[in-house]
Amino acid sequence: MSYLLETKDITKRFGGLVAVDKMSFGVKEGEVVAILGDNGAGKSTLIKMISGVYPSDGGTIFYKGVEAKIHTPMDALAVGIETIYQDLALAENLNVYSNIFLGREKTKKKFGFLPVLDHTYMHNESVKVLEKLDIKIPSLKNNVRTLSGGQRQAVAISKSIYWNAKVLIMDEPTASLGVAQQKQVLDLVNSLKDHGLAIILISHQMRDVFEVADRIIVMRRGEKVGDLIKKETTTEEIVNLIVGSELVN
Amino acid sequence: MTSSLNQMIEESRLLKVIARNWAFCFLISFIVLFSFTGRGFFSIVNFQNIIHLSVIAILMASAETFVIISGGIDLSIGFVMGLSSVTAGKIIQIMFNSGNFSPAFSIFIGVSIALVVSILPGLLSGIVISKYRVPPFIATLGMWGITNGIALKICKGFPVAMLPDSLTKIGNGYILYFKRGDGFSFFGLPYGVGNDKIREYLRLIPNSFIFLIIILLVLWHLLKNTKFGQHTYAIGGNEDAAVRSGIDVKKHIVKIYVLSSFIAGIAGVFNVFQTGIGNFTTFGAMYELFAVAAVVIGGASLMGGKGRLIASVIGVFLIAVLENGLLISGIEPFYRYIAVGLLLILAVVIDELFPDLF
Repeated sequence: MSYLLETKDITKRFGGLVAVDKMSFGVKEGEVVAILGDNGAGKSTLIKMISGVYPSDGGTIFYKGVEAKIHTPMDALAVGIETIYQDLALAENLNVYSNIFLGREKTKKKFGFLPVLDHTYMHNESVKVLEKLDIKIPSLKNNVRTLSGGQRQAVAISKSIYWNAKVLIMDEPTASLGVAQQKQVLDLVNSLKDHGLAIILISHQMRDVFEVADRIIVMRRGEKVGDLIKKETTTEEIVNLIVGSELVN
Repeated sequence: MTSSLNQMIEESRLLKVIARNWAFCFLISFIVLFSFTGRGFFSIVNFQNIIHLSVIAILMASAETFVIISGGIDLSIGFVMGLSSVTAGKIIQIMFNSGNFSPAFSIFIGVSIALVVSILPGLLSGIVISKYRVPPFIATLGMWGITNGIALKICKGFPVAMLPDSLTKIGNGYILYFKRGDGFSFFGLPYGVGNDKIREYLRLIPNSFIFLIIILLVLWHLLKNTKFGQHTYAIGGNEDAAVRSGIDVKKHIVKIYVLSSFIAGIAGVFNVFQTGIGNFTTFGAMYELFAVAAVVIGGASLMGGKGRLIASVIGVFLIAVLENGLLISGIEPFYRYIAVGLLLILAVVIDELFPDLF
């Protein structure tokens, strides 16, 4: 099966520093690819190029084998690439369904001409997507501020799913969560995989990576130094690739 | 102490409603208090006066509400109002006194140009803030000076007088004029009754009240029911989230400062109708600071993401009733500054103590 999303020789420079150097990788439908690397290895820069936050300085991104021109976050969203950032990017002063519909609010016509926000529609649609993912949140009219870390993560993921994400990029999804909530989020990742999504996972937690990933890509100093099937590798091998100690040996 | 109080409020529905609308409860209490202490305070005439004299402050606070919810601040609105007022005044003066144009046409052109001019300061502030990342405080402080200077240049430091009488007839007029045993009329004294007899008539519903209601309805709809309003809250709550959700935040911020400036322009035009002359804004007026105070008393946070238009209006009335009531009760006027200052600080303290309520 060919890749759903693929990058070829994608590059990003910040002045003299090459943050990502001719990086090529791909992810298939229903596959979880984990990207590992030390701080400053270029993981975040890589996903920011794919999600349109940074324009790339070279190379190409392919979606379903066709070149995708991604220059802004809107371009990425239009293709179906949704990103869940570490800080989740939720507006805490808004309620759950307003966050799910943020930037793409549904309106209806009042008195036949006056556009107003359609709260009922947005609420009901949000209930549907949460049920589909088996996520429980007490009331969607509560502000996101009142939710737990795991629930917020779930809201951010629901938002992507509702908007028809085909490729989901998750940046450190379990970093700020308690143990029970980490489990919930990993279960959610597995269920998303079953729904046929292509998932790119960035994480420091080796345990998380080995629990959900199918393939592991290791980056060091902006370059890809390893692309391994999870079942054929070990934690030790990965750690060696991350720190570069195989060079010493 | 606050935690147990917090808990009490959490448990009682009534207390929750009161705590959430404390500014409104204060307003009612002040009205009751001054009704006992001030002769003539509790009368339809006095209440109409309070509303009529609060129109400009309410417009200013409405403008500031949008900006503050988005996480910014606009210090220039007071002088934008002055700029709009003298621009309208000057154009009406020239056209009207040339003898070539009717009062109505002169007023129409003067008002239109003043409203267009009032958009420019907001447009510039907005671009400087969103594109060059200049903090709103600095950008609008710059505009504060610029608009004041231009307004003074236009009017040469004097109010623009010699304008048509019809201005104040509209601006200070009432919908209904009524005299017991003598009938009533709309939009003016009955035909043949001289202006000297105006005090014998009960005048109901100031024109300014209708004007205010219409503008507030439009702004309320904009903030509460539209994407524009929703995005304003989102930007104030988490600008990053707004950007990543595909909202064009830079464009939105420009729109917000344009709106704020435009509302200040409307206030300037209203000022011409109210006083019959084009007024520059004096340094001591501090419209922008009273507007910020009213918005904060209404429960908005300068950090952004929070605030309601109605609450800001209540904030203005709280200040206005305080001033009017203290005056009628015969208390020395400088106490009102102390009272407003205390209220402002109280508002923020309440907000800090009970963050979950709002």
